[in-house]
Amino acid sequence: MATAEITPQELAEHGLTPEEYARIREILGRPPRPVELGIFSVMWSEHCSYKSSRIHLRKFPTEAPWVVCGPGENAGVVDIGDGQVAVFKMESHNHPSFIEPYQGAATGVGGILRDVFTMGARPVAILDALRFGAPDHPRTRHLLAGVVAGIGGYGNCVGVPTVGGETSFHRAYNGNILVNAMCVGIAPRDRVFYARAAGVGNPVVYVGAKTGRDGIHGATMASAEFSEDAEAKRPTVQVGDPFMEKLLIEACLELMASDCIVAIQDMGAAGLTSSSFEMAARGGTGIELDLDAVPLREANMSAYEIMLSESQERMLMVLARGREAEARAVFAKWELDFAIIGRVTDSGRMVVRHRGEVVADVPVAPVSGGSPVYDRPWRLPDPPVPFISDDQTVHLSPREVLLRLLSCPDLASRRWIWEQYDHSVMADTVAGPGGDAAVVRVHGTKKGLALTVDCTPRYCRADPRMGGRQAVAEAYRNLVAVGARPLAITDCLNFGNPERPDIMGQFVGCIEGMAEACRALSFPVVSGNVSLYNETDGQAVLPTPEVGGLGLIEDLAKRTGLAFDADGLHLVLIGEVTGWLGQSVFQREILGREEGAPPPVDLLLEKRHADFVAAQIEAGRLRACHDLADGGLAVAMAEMCLASGRGGRLSVPAEVPSLFGWLYGEDQARYLLAVAPEHLRPLLEEAAAAGVIAREVGVTGGDALIIDGMPPISLEELRRCHEGWLPAWMDGGEGSESGSWR
Amino acid sequence: MRAAVVTFPGSNCDRDLRVAMERVFDRPVASLWHAETELPPLDLVGLPGGFSYGDYLRCGAIAARSPIMGEIRRLARRGVAVLGICNGFQILTEAGLLPGALVRNMRLSFVCRPVRIAVATTASPFTNAYAQGQELTLPVAHHDGNYVIDPEGLARLEAEDRIAFRYLDNPNGSTADIAGVLGPQRNVLGMMPHPERACDPLLGGEDGVLLFRSLLAMLT
Amino acid sequence: MKARVAIRYRPGVLDPEARAIEKALANLGFTGVRGVARTRIIELELEAADREAAEAEVRRMSEELLANPVIETYSVTIADR
Repeated sequence: MATAEITPQELAEHGLTPEEYARIREILGRPPRPVELGIFSVMWSEHCSYKSSRIHLRKFPTEAPWVVCGPGENAGVVDIGDGQVAVFKMESHNHPSFIEPYQGAATGVGGILRDVFTMGARPVAILDALRFGAPDHPRTRHLLAGVVAGIGGYGNCVGVPTVGGETSFHRAYNGNILVNAMCVGIAPRDRVFYARAAGVGNPVVYVGAKTGRDGIHGATMASAEFSEDAEAKRPTVQVGDPFMEKLLIEACLELMASDCIVAIQDMGAAGLTSSSFEMAARGGTGIELDLDAVPLREANMSAYEIMLSESQERMLMVLARGREAEARAVFAKWELDFAIIGRVTDSGRMVVRHRGEVVADVPVAPVSGGSPVYDRPWRLPDPPVPFISDDQTVHLSPREVLLRLLSCPDLASRRWIWEQYDHSVMADTVAGPGGDAAVVRVHGTKKGLALTVDCTPRYCRADPRMGGRQAVAEAYRNLVAVGARPLAITDCLNFGNPERPDIMGQFVGCIEGMAEACRALSFPVVSGNVSLYNETDGQAVLPTPEVGGLGLIEDLAKRTGLAFDADGLHLVLIGEVTGWLGQSVFQREILGREEGAPPPVDLLLEKRHADFVAAQIEAGRLRACHDLADGGLAVAMAEMCLASGRGGRLSVPAEVPSLFGWLYGEDQARYLLAVAPEHLRPLLEEAAAAGVIAREVGVTGGDALIIDGMPPISLEELRRCHEGWLPAWMDGGEGSESGSWR
Repeated sequence: MRAAVVTFPGSNCDRDLRVAMERVFDRPVASLWHAETELPPLDLVGLPGGFSYGDYLRCGAIAARSPIMGEIRRLARRGVAVLGICNGFQILTEAGLLPGALVRNMRLSFVCRPVRIAVATTASPFTNAYAQGQELTLPVAHHDGNYVIDPEGLARLEAEDRIAFRYLDNPNGSTADIAGVLGPQRNVLGMMPHPERACDPLLGGEDGVLLFRSLLAMLT
Repeated sequence: MKARVAIRYRPGVLDPEARAIEKALANLGFTGVRGVARTRIIELELEAADREAAEAEVRRMSEELLANPVIETYSVTIADR
């Protein structure tokens, strides 16, 4: 059948360039049919093809003795001993969440859950990293309320605990919020499932929800800049059904206990198209699909719509021939659709039939792996100069500063958010939200997984390389602080338009910084996701390379937390204090400025300090441990007091050059430890021997936080300040009064 | 003690409840599928938390009409202990085995936090190991835990000493701070807080253990 | 035949969602609102011999599943063919 040439307008509507079109013609030797054009459009979209990012993603270290499966599959897999593996990944759902926050966030959670149970793992934890616009932006409150309800609505219903996350606000996210969801699952090591089609003649099976017209071209949408008419794109938003997902999890895991499944892949972005192409490409096979067999929710859907639909809660499997009846029975028990829609071939081609006609016949490899790869021009920002502060310019008392920081949007308690998430379902949550890292017991054992998500976007903007390092280092510290051995990370790289050299520079700088840190800390990247074009009318988000870290606690009896459990414990600060206020929360909230270099991250120091803290935890010397991050020492101390329900005294050495720098500086590689008196001396001696800077900075006890040189602050007042802001603001109260970041 | 936990499509605390029971009872607890209509001999049936049928229509409404519920109604009449937690409580009210109904939380949002409750009666197979008025901390995790009942129904519950637990810091707006109620024969208990999530010191408390110990003492 | 079941809370049962709507309307300056009630509508397509049979059938469905008589009342309307 002769096919007509594609017009430039059709091409533009499909987000393809004339050069890409020329390549398509070359691959096919003819103009593409309409369905084929749709296939190329989604498979070669930034979202599916990583065409702008691929050459840089190769810089990540991805291997370690404990890595079972690195990037390229549905999720990363690491060994956690005793014949089990942890399977985890993080993914963005930014654009859909901005358009329809409840459904966007909910389906984001649904998608990441599928990536994990697709591999044979039972999901055991969800974490979320959320970035919103300024609190006084008219849409922020509505977006936050919707996103939180959506995450809760989905996660609570499927019964996987949401155990942690982070949330921050900045005007750069006014037009593009970020919703990144991470899921962690556990599987037997010898029963991990991959998405590699194999076995000529094996049936290709569709299970789960029916196909409707949801989200057609969602993947292309996730690869385009927003403009003011984003609202008009509303019909493409998918609606999630967590009940269906729960049934799908149980049915898939039940079937996976047998050996019926050869390959399995969820239908995420670009639906049936990407799932079938990816399975065929990874397996080096071909696939024939019969679209007349696909279960449909709406009448008269075209082949184009069926191939591109992003209806949720669907999976594609290759079964071993002859096992169809067994598999069908499992899905019937869970009242889920089950349809044989094709078979595996050895042609290396994807052949799609609909209503007696071949609607697509394309070679798999050039479509799936053969998208153009771009080495886009990039430029790093000018190296920032260190910010020099002067305590004299601060017109608030040190006490007022602390209370202001504890109640500012980025440091105020997130209780209002995480109380809407079921964080204790599955009865294995040992440490839920609010600590450095969440801790989830490996069911039926004394081991635990420590989980955290981290990034400091303002550091990344000021110095991408340093910001990239810091994101990885902070995740590492958070895991170490709860007593875990860090194993690996997943990432979600959120940036603006990669066609702009300055944005591409942020991207490259962050990746290189992350890669350096991963290498120095033996903390490889095992899965990840790239989200570009987070930009509206030329305003890009802050560079946000979110890091999801996973660590292992061998014996939960030895874990630590940030709550100290007694009076009279010594507080020991690990790490050097230079009083670094450039790009700090203090600088933004109190001085109303966002400038200078972020704190440098010395990776050798990070490693040395982490090793020291880990050894002290192992030796049973620590009664509490907290990573120092946003807000520095005084904020960390206040957080420990609030978690403990006990006060403490923090002393300020006489010789400090800047009081505010000492209290609120954000020097890296630091921890605050609580140590029983009998352990203090050996701890300090071992620190000296290991070349670790450790100094005693206070003592626990009482019902107030007492910092040298300021009147005591009662726990009650601390709590009121820290807990008050978010609920009051959600209730319609004013945003923060602070200045420049609005 | 022969105990079983029912799994409905969308139940998600069935494993948690079974694990907690097995830990206290020190013997296996059976798993029942909602479509079953012939049950083995039992002393205790647990209806777990979760989102049976996605909470669609009304929480617990569709599960309350599933095949197994006819059997459970029969067992309850015969005096077998029936424990409904969270969604299980909703199912029991929808099935008419307990009075009242559970509607949307007063503040409209899902709430997951430890709450303090008081044991309001020890005269039941579920609460006899507690002390009257004993204060417990158990987690709640629900969207629709706001217990409503008409004044006559409430008067009757109070007159018959059938309020098992009351909230000390009511998280959802429940009438008379009711956190758990007993059926007319005292062998059916529905409660919103999750005792099965408070049976292990590692998870932050063991206040739920005595509930299962009460059952063990009464039923063996 | 088309049937429509309208389900609402019984008088005296507090509906937190209706109350929130009322409060939100007041916050927007609609001060004249004296009450808000929500009604859930379920539409059914069914086969039945006649209107009476259809109505009887839908009433049974309402009693048995669609409404919770403890807190809700319902009304049934049968549309013309």
